[in-house]
This record gives sequence, C-alpha cells and structure tokens, in this order.
Amino acid sequence: MKARVHVTLKNGVLDPQGKAIGHALGSLGFSGVGEVRQGKFIEIEIAESDAAKAKAQVKDMCEKLLANTVIEDYRIDVDA
Amino acid sequence: MKAAVIVFPGSNCDRDVAVALEQSMGRAPAMIWHGESELPKLDLIVIPGGFSYGDYLRCGAMAAHSPIMREVKARAAKGTLVLGICNGFQVLTEAQLLPGALMRNASLKFVCKDVQLKVENAKSSFTRGYKAGQVVQIPVAHGDGNYFADGETLRRLKGEGRVAFRYVDANGKATDDANPNGSIDNIAGILNEKGNVLGMMPHPERLSDPLLGGTDGRTMFEALAKVVLA
Repeated sequence: MKARVHVTLKNGVLDPQGKAIGHALGSLGFSGVGEVRQGKFIEIEIAESDAAKAKAQVKDMCEKLLANTVIEDYRIDVDA
Repeated sequence: MKAAVIVFPGSNCDRDVAVALEQSMGRAPAMIWHGESELPKLDLIVIPGGFSYGDYLRCGAMAAHSPIMREVKARAAKGTLVLGICNGFQVLTEAQLLPGALMRNASLKFVCKDVQLKVENAKSSFTRGYKAGQVVQIPVAHGDGNYFADGETLRRLKGEGRVAFRYVDANGKATDDANPNGSIDNIAGILNEKGNVLGMMPHPERLSDPLLGGTDGRTMFEALAKVVLA
C-alpha cells in the first residue's frame, strides 16, 4: 500500500519561503498571485493491505517524526 | 565533574565545545557517539551545534530519535544538566525536552555574526555567572533559528522566568533590528520547567577565549564548572 503525506505549516505560522515563491512568480510575470504556502510531500510504501490500518500507522509516523505538530499539519492519503 | 558531548553524524561544533569545557573544567569531556545507548555517570550533557543528519526532514528531527537521546531524556528527567547549542537547541525541541520549535530564519538568509544578548534569567546553573540584565556578545551562525511557540507556551515561558536570553541592541532593547532571525519576542534561549535544560541558538563556545575575540561565552562554562565541582 502506498501512503502519501502532505505536511504543511499551520495557519498562523509565518511562511517566508512561500512568500519568496510568491514574489518570484510575480517577477516571472504571473499576475493575480495571492498568498503562497509551501510544504512537504512524502510517499511511503507500507506492507499493510488494510487501508484503515495503514492510515493509522502513517498517522503514528506523522505524529512521531514526519511532522512537527507544534508548527505543522499533515494530511494522509492511502492507495491500494 | 563529568561532562559529555553527544556527537551526531553531521555535528560540527562538538570539538569547539569540548575545548571550551576542558578550559573551564580542567578536564576533557567524554565524546559520545549518537549510536550508543548508555551513558556513564554525568553532571552535564552538551548537545553541540552543526548539521546533524544534514538537517534532513527538519533540523534536529532525526537526531532527536537517535538511540542516545532516550538516555539523555531519562537523565534530564532526573535533573542532570543538559545544554543544547544551536542544532542542539533544535534537537531539544524536537525531542520535546523544551517547548516550541525552531524554524527557517524569517529573512531566509543564513546569519553568521556577533549579536548582543540580554541575560534575562541569571539564576539558572548555566547563567548564574552573569548579572540579570547584563548584555553580552556571542556569535550566531544559523539558517533555522527562528524560535516559535504558541500564545499559551509563550505566556508560561515569560511568566515562569524561563526565557534565558533575548536578542537586544547595544542599549539592551529587544528591537526588530537586533533580532537576527525573526524569533518570537526576540527569544534566543530558553529553560525547561526544572531549570536543568537550556537551549540557545548562539554559540557561547565560539567566544570563550581572547584569541577568538571575546570571552562572554566563557562565563557560562565557568559557571557550569563551579556548580558541578561544588
């Protein structure tokens, strides 16, 4: 089973990298670019066939390592 | 007095801090590889600066889960002094021995310069060599020193006198200009509830010898030596 994790900064946490990306897009000529927030994408192959169990395992991984829950949120998707 | 410096793959300020420790304590600290799972009898554990695990995933995130950190956490709970410098501070927050988190500098630049710090808490075992309110000069060198804590945590830190150092200007004012990384409330270093764990972004070991340009950092190691040799 493949799990896909998106890790993003919590709302209210300053994202200067996102801001810098927004400015760069503006410099490239893209108009109407509003707020930009950037994060991480992590793909994990798990030897677990039950989707619920896999999701629970990955949630544990996020809480323990993949995300710093002081400043980050995470979202998990699993595909068979 | 027994001191140890934990060495992770990518740590690079371990030898500098060992020199500073030996200078003040009269004997060299033990250098302990992160893969060890046991610690000898210790009075002080130092987690040095550097780029442990290449800062992969997040600074200090993976080092916080090294085998040795389980022992460091156990010792911290028992009251052993633990000092985290720069990457060491990052490891301590990731290991949840200190609250909050260190993020990318607000300017997105790696900042490497001498800064002025105000000693906010001169009661801890680490800072009692300084006077409360004293302004000292210590260098910083980091790309991810932007300290963040939520409102509740910040209230507790301030209310309990656990902010150890703040970035200030020459007049001791915590201005935006004096803040090298955007840290909330200009916080440069904090203590845990029991006061035996200190994390700080600046490098006291880098200004602990006249040859290095100053000795404001040495005061910390001298104070630690006194406490532990007592």
